[in-house]
Amino acid sequence: MTTRATEALPISVRNVTKTYGPVNALDDVSLEVKSGEFLTLLGPSGSGKTTLLMVLAGFTRPDCGSLKFGDDEVIRKPPHLREVGMTFQSYALFPHMTVAGNVGYPLRLRKRPKSEIAERVERALETVQLGGYGERRIDQLSGGQKQRVAVARAIVFEPRILLMDEPLSALDKKLRDQMQIELRHLHEQLGMTTVYVTHDQREALTMSDRIAVVNHGRIMQLSTPRDLYERPANRFVADFIGESTFLPVRRTDSDVFYGDTPLHYSGDLPETPDLLLMIRPERVVLSANGPVEGANNFTATASNVVYQGDSFLLHAWLQDGQQVVMRGAVRGNSATALPVVGDQVTLTMSPEDTVLIDGREA
Amino acid sequence: MSMTTATLRPNETGLRTDGRLERLRLFGLSSPAMLLILVILVIPVGWLFYVSFIGANGEFSLENYERMIKRRSYIRIFITTFQVSVLTTGLCILIGYPLAYFMAQLPNRLANLCLITVLLPFWTSLLVRTYAWLVLLQKQGLVNQWAMSLGLWDEPLKIVHNMTGTLIGMVHIMLPFLILPVYGAMKAIDRDYLMAASNLGATPRKAFWTVFFPLTTPGLFAGALMVFILCLGFFVTPAVLGGGKVIMVSMKIVSNIELFVNWGAASAMGVVLLIMTLVILWIASRFLRLDQITSGGR
Repeated sequence: MTTRATEALPISVRNVTKTYGPVNALDDVSLEVKSGEFLTLLGPSGSGKTTLLMVLAGFTRPDCGSLKFGDDEVIRKPPHLREVGMTFQSYALFPHMTVAGNVGYPLRLRKRPKSEIAERVERALETVQLGGYGERRIDQLSGGQKQRVAVARAIVFEPRILLMDEPLSALDKKLRDQMQIELRHLHEQLGMTTVYVTHDQREALTMSDRIAVVNHGRIMQLSTPRDLYERPANRFVADFIGESTFLPVRRTDSDVFYGDTPLHYSGDLPETPDLLLMIRPERVVLSANGPVEGANNFTATASNVVYQGDSFLLHAWLQDGQQVVMRGAVRGNSATALPVVGDQVTLTMSPEDTVLIDGREA
Repeated sequence: MSMTTATLRPNETGLRTDGRLERLRLFGLSSPAMLLILVILVIPVGWLFYVSFIGANGEFSLENYERMIKRRSYIRIFITTFQVSVLTTGLCILIGYPLAYFMAQLPNRLANLCLITVLLPFWTSLLVRTYAWLVLLQKQGLVNQWAMSLGLWDEPLKIVHNMTGTLIGMVHIMLPFLILPVYGAMKAIDRDYLMAASNLGATPRKAFWTVFFPLTTPGLFAGALMVFILCLGFFVTPAVLGGGKVIMVSMKIVSNIELFVNWGAASAMGVVLLIMTLVILWIASRFLRLDQITSGGR
């Protein structure tokens, strides 16, 4: 199996700004990627996540800022001297070379002896489970195989940093799910510092050690997947990751009211009077026996019920006209228990699941 | 038995008739064009073959072909024709490839402007352009005057009525045929390929030669083939700018008819030229798909 010849490198991005005319593609971005970490840049299209990756690879020249791989300042280094592996959204496999020709390309550029190239190419192909595919033409490969060849080519010269630009976006869902696990496994095996770009929040949650949510050229939040989902820093992050409903709440010092009802909540409140109550559909429970002591209870009227096999979605009007969505599990005998439109229901949320977020537009 | 088949395969005869009628209609639509090709291409070329085998005495003979092999002047004409074609093609590549590369790097609006200037000569008569070169290149022409006033050379250079003039004119006329497919091939190259090469450690020069250039070769071959084949049968430009010193096959065919009224000799040369062209196309088609000529190598 592949042995690690070199240690992974940390990446340090400091105050990087890139403007295109009046648009800030990157707005004073600073980011530390730990050695060996799998970090995902997550954001909608046009958020600046790809621009940041292009700065890391050296294809986009920022207006200012510093970029260090380990202790080396590389911001002015041309891409071909940066020694980082990269995979492209289009795979960018050279169509005039075979699979082995593609994977061996970086080694030929480094003037390695022929026998060593052949051996390392085969080993890289085996790492991505394509052993023996060397003589295939690129147009004979399926999408998933192309993706693997692209990965093999990016790791064959043992770079200490790996950049991946939406590598799975062209694959169908089933293959994508499988490749997510494989790439994650590969990362654990090779241990190189990996920066991964995607707009798919589920992919980011599945694969990453940490996720940086990017919007308008700024990093909105940098945390572990779990923190990001459960403690989003602001409304944009909460909205982008998972589904949620937001209810306006009133704050008096450390007390928070929804309407006239005080809320039980956990964790610290953000430093702003402008708070929103975030309701994740799966963190709300339908209470059969009315209000639950010690939890937050909402009385609502069912407006729509959707059966989705593994679960059901309930849209309900609160008494003040706000609409909330909840997701409930469907179990064998619960078909009779599903609410019907017009039912009065009690929705409860435990204090641990009651999260108040910064309601200001970030 | 037949009853069960009929019920298992409903409407079979009707559908088959529909298909036959559709093919018939398509054939009907294309028949005028096929008739035209028959009248203006197949019949004349057949006639050409026929005449080439008729000797001076009006009977079947191979003398028209024997003459071509025996007389050194004929062989020289074929050699000249190849020489001019190879040189023109080579010069077109040397000038056209960098120009196409330059155009491919430009933003679209500028590139389109360049494309129009490349195509502009197509909309001017070939004869006009050739005579324009005659005016420019002659002893007292603009090129000589300017070069001398700039001190590039002292005596007026002889750059027309010879091989030089012929090549200048032909390269100018053939250039678009090379540039268009090459430009098309270059535009079709995904920028990601070059970024990938660079990311994997290729210097810009290395990336060009290992990735960019190989990906443009189908377009380059297609363009070069087109130029070469057009050159083989070219007449006006060498006739005007060659000053009688550059004699190509087409010119000899004309003089055989106009001067010597020898239709047999002229036809034989035409046949040989046609066969040579077809052989070159056949060889080329083994290395590239000919439809790439129109698609810019994609």
